[in-house]
Amino acid sequence: MGSNMAEAHPVGFQWVMEAKARGAEVIHIDPRFTRTSAMADLHVPLRAGTDIAFLGGVINHILQNDLDFREYVRAYTNAPYLVDERFQDTEDLDGLFSGYDPETASYDNTTWRYESQTDTGEGGSRAKEQSRPDQLGSGGPGLEGGARKIAADPELKHPRCVFQILKRHFARYTPEAVEEICGVPAETFLRVCRAWTANSGRERTAALVYSVGWTQHTLGAQYIRAGSIIQLLLGNIGRPGGGVFALRGHASIQGSTDIPTLFNLLPGYLPMPDTAHEDLPSYLHKVRGDRQKGFWRNADAYLVSLLKEYWGEAAAPENDFRFDYLPRINGDHGTYRTVLDMLDGKVFGYFLLGQNPAVGSAHGRLQRLAMSNLDWLVVRDLAMIESAEFWKDSPEIETGEIVPERCRTEVFFFPAASHVEKAGTFTQTQRMLQWRDKAVEPRGDQRSELWFIYHLGRLLREKLSGSADERDRPLLDLAWDYELEGDEPSAEDVLRRINGIDLRTGREVGGYLDLRADGTTACGCWIYSGVFADGVNQAARRKPHDEQGPYENEWGWTWPLNRRVLYNRASADLDGKPWSERKALVWWDAERGEWTGHDVPDFEKNKPPHYRPGDDDVGPAALSGDDPFIMQADGKGWLFAPNGIVDGPLPTHYEPHESPVRNQLYAQQGNPARNVYGRAENPSNPSPPERGGEVFPYVFTTARLTEHHTAGGMSRQLPYLSELQPELFMEVSPRLAAERGLTHLGWAHVITSRTAVDARVFVTDRMRPLRIEGREVHQVWMPYHWGHTGLVDGDVVNDLIGVVLDPNVFIQESKVATCDVRPGRRPRGPALLDYVAGYRKRAGVTPETGTRIDTVTRHDIAHREEDR
Amino acid sequence: MTDEAARTDPATATGYGEHPPRVGFFTDTSVCIGCKACEVACKEWNGVPDDGFDLLGMSFDNTGMLGANSWRHVTFVEQPARPEPRRAEAVDLGLPSFDLPGAGTGEEGRTDFRWLMSSDVCKHCTHAGCLDVCPTGALFRTEYGSVVVQPDICNGCGYCVSGCPYGVIDRREDDGRAWKCTLCYDRLRDGLEPACAKACPTDSIQFGPLDELRERAARRVDALHEAGVSEARLYGESPDDGVGGDGAFFLLLDEPEVYGLPPDPVVPTRDAPSMWKHAGLAASALAAAAVSVFLGRGSR
Repeated sequence: MGSNMAEAHPVGFQWVMEAKARGAEVIHIDPRFTRTSAMADLHVPLRAGTDIAFLGGVINHILQNDLDFREYVRAYTNAPYLVDERFQDTEDLDGLFSGYDPETASYDNTTWRYESQTDTGEGGSRAKEQSRPDQLGSGGPGLEGGARKIAADPELKHPRCVFQILKRHFARYTPEAVEEICGVPAETFLRVCRAWTANSGRERTAALVYSVGWTQHTLGAQYIRAGSIIQLLLGNIGRPGGGVFALRGHASIQGSTDIPTLFNLLPGYLPMPDTAHEDLPSYLHKVRGDRQKGFWRNADAYLVSLLKEYWGEAAAPENDFRFDYLPRINGDHGTYRTVLDMLDGKVFGYFLLGQNPAVGSAHGRLQRLAMSNLDWLVVRDLAMIESAEFWKDSPEIETGEIVPERCRTEVFFFPAASHVEKAGTFTQTQRMLQWRDKAVEPRGDQRSELWFIYHLGRLLREKLSGSADERDRPLLDLAWDYELEGDEPSAEDVLRRINGIDLRTGREVGGYLDLRADGTTACGCWIYSGVFADGVNQAARRKPHDEQGPYENEWGWTWPLNRRVLYNRASADLDGKPWSERKALVWWDAERGEWTGHDVPDFEKNKPPHYRPGDDDVGPAALSGDDPFIMQADGKGWLFAPNGIVDGPLPTHYEPHESPVRNQLYAQQGNPARNVYGRAENPSNPSPPERGGEVFPYVFTTARLTEHHTAGGMSRQLPYLSELQPELFMEVSPRLAAERGLTHLGWAHVITSRTAVDARVFVTDRMRPLRIEGREVHQVWMPYHWGHTGLVDGDVVNDLIGVVLDPNVFIQESKVATCDVRPGRRPRGPALLDYVAGYRKRAGVTPETGTRIDTVTRHDIAHREEDR
Repeated sequence: MTDEAARTDPATATGYGEHPPRVGFFTDTSVCIGCKACEVACKEWNGVPDDGFDLLGMSFDNTGMLGANSWRHVTFVEQPARPEPRRAEAVDLGLPSFDLPGAGTGEEGRTDFRWLMSSDVCKHCTHAGCLDVCPTGALFRTEYGSVVVQPDICNGCGYCVSGCPYGVIDRREDDGRAWKCTLCYDRLRDGLEPACAKACPTDSIQFGPLDELRERAARRVDALHEAGVSEARLYGESPDDGVGGDGAFFLLLDEPEVYGLPPDPVVPTRDAPSMWKHAGLAASALAAAAVSVFLGRGSR
């Protein structure tokens, strides 16, 4: 669902085909009929942006018909816990939860906590500004008192227990509502429900796969929550063949969040300190709270070891391990905020390492205009991509908005070595690190990122040497001493340092359990600890599958501690026995007094299933023998999120930011906490209850093709890939083609309030109009790989998309918008600007359009930004 | 050498003594995801040039057909659903129909849109027309039973192009020489499987000894039939067809014409011997007639 796995992850899709060959039923729920649908037993088209309505329907079906895996739900999830009596649901507030502040469009979540919980202290506008939930990572949000006894009703009958709240919240997500909102016939929807529930339980498990089709929405995090709730209710988490598979966007994107390129995270999902954290204890208090369960309690060891890795000898107990050297954040410094700040002249320089925002990011036009307002720009890529050439070749040159002679940005281009020209690891979707060797020497000036960053640091340190300025100390004190092979830093040495070193012996630590908070260990990323255990590069292991067990534990290395299935304690029942022989994964061996099985148990090895902690225990010691979710503050899987999600404790159907229809379930139209940036450069198409939406009557969605790679920098340069998909096109249904006079292979253009883009037309039955509210709703689809450089070129599809974000993780809503489509080519030159302005005028679009977020209580508050 | 071996094993028929078993491809189109990795891997390994950047509008197929610069070609066929029952049975008058070939197969029961994908390739026929007509010996039968062009010998005469019943082999525009799939002859000799099969993520393209592949294919058809996919069938697998069976055969989910494959390919040289025999007979008959005329005259 929300994944075109066959096209975007063809290599991983071989396992789906293998499962299918063994009898698995494959269902594809997606707006478009894709190559994935072609392989599925059933394709269910739905309107883009309505997945929570669909998933909520499944949850309702499970709860109304008692189809949940009750033993699992009662013991392993927070279903029995009682929630604060002040909590109000969307049922009570017409689409809002209690604690909403219309002024800041954010929630104070103190009423979402468990009844017996003392304090939550998250939420509010500050949490939203920093995308706080994104920082909670593997540890999950804090929960003061999570280790104490939490008031609960094991019968699941109490009206304020999570189970009953869930039941009430989703009661209106009926098959009829699903049909009305998603355009999926009730009978088809029920067929999916039956397949999903029939293939779950003791003997069977079902897997859920999603990709960026779920994440790139203003409520993307809640899509995933909804999918997780179903999988928890059906007992499909922590068990073989179950799970929620998050297929990442491209190679090692998983790695780039584990060892993050995000503004609000440190390695291993430790939050970036903010200006409120004066010292290490105050930071640690915030991260792990008091009296809570689980391994996040040991965050002190993870952070101190990280500081030791960064600053080596300079980090000592008496100076808080140089915690003060870490940067602080004080608000939103995400990529889209940064781009807007560039427009406003607040950003002077920009590094682009393997990224092509002029094509690949939402609102390419905004990206290019922003980059034209920098002093300097460094682009490291395989070829001269659009983001390196925008100042002399871009749509804005055509319209006269950027003039090469006057563009102030000085662009430095550094040719990059490709993945076969350097050694290192990829971390894939399953959290598996796989080492790759260098196959060929890079040509000419091409260099690895490692080389670039290392020597950049070296030169900066040389230039600053002798400086007495305090602010230069963090850079000068860095332990910048990686092993070199010639002038290339050793990637293997870097991996070893990421693994962690016992500083007393100089030997590699065996895993994160060996890390200490006293400064005797250094570790670059605690969740990767163990990847170099015993001094062996575990990621380089390549034992063939026929020489080892079914979980292939000796192929590569999976974090944490080579566990292939997270939270796999849940694969055994309360007594530690597998739920069924067929689905055995790990189990308690009473004779030997330890957990064992096919996978590395994700549980303390010697803690018996019936262990109960003492009243004063905290951290790992406070985990019961039946608390499988060992990173969570209460050891349970969260059906209801008492903390940690800024836009609601339960997923709720809201319409996308741009939608042709009114929300049929609540007065609240869109996500009440979404991030909007209302300004002239970033207009929105109107959505109900605003007027003017009929000017952009169609649903617009974008995606990828197998034949190209994201923004095209790695594929439009290559003849063998370019010839396979040589030109930008749009897909429309035969009925839409008739309605707008479009002909197959003819030209047409798509218009939003941002711009117009033209492409050749594909009229195909793969696009099907859907019936929503008794009328036909058409969807238009375009791939987004083209730009103005390379062997094949075309308009930038992302120019059509505006900047509006999910508040939890700051991901843009690039999977759905509204549009118009017209035959023929778009106007060229300055006429394009007039043409789009004409559309905005007809639709009544102003910078305030779409920013009146609250449509329940205060319709009049527009969240617009100050103009430049 | 048994007669049977000579009939079905082209390497034996060619006169190879000890030789490896005949190898080939079994392409199971029911698991093809249309990723075109086979096309790319083939070109990378064999140094085949690109075939032009043309948007063809034939679903996701921008390769169009096999040719000198495309030795693998993935076909995409979009088949709309036919949810509504067909109108009352018309009386069949036996007149020619105007339906697309194959359009009448299976669609009655098709309630969902169907998107067929299939990776086509040179069939490496048991009786290879291209090989039979090549006057220079550029085309030859390898010890693996495959058919390979030697570019340093080919003179570009083009006879092979008309000799292929599948329209596979083709001349390159720039130098006029003929090119096609070699079954990665160089890789085979190094003990590697062909590049396309190696790259195929779903094992739609399977490489191996032909006997084994035929058994596997038969099992796969049975399994699909059992699963209710009654339209599954093999194409090019039978040694009794017009080319003596293909070295690269297919599992299809519709009539061959739907995929752009000839329904009943026949090697054009099959009838050459009998044609020569007939021509000879005709010639001698003429000669006899002519002689008889003269004799007749003489007898007057």
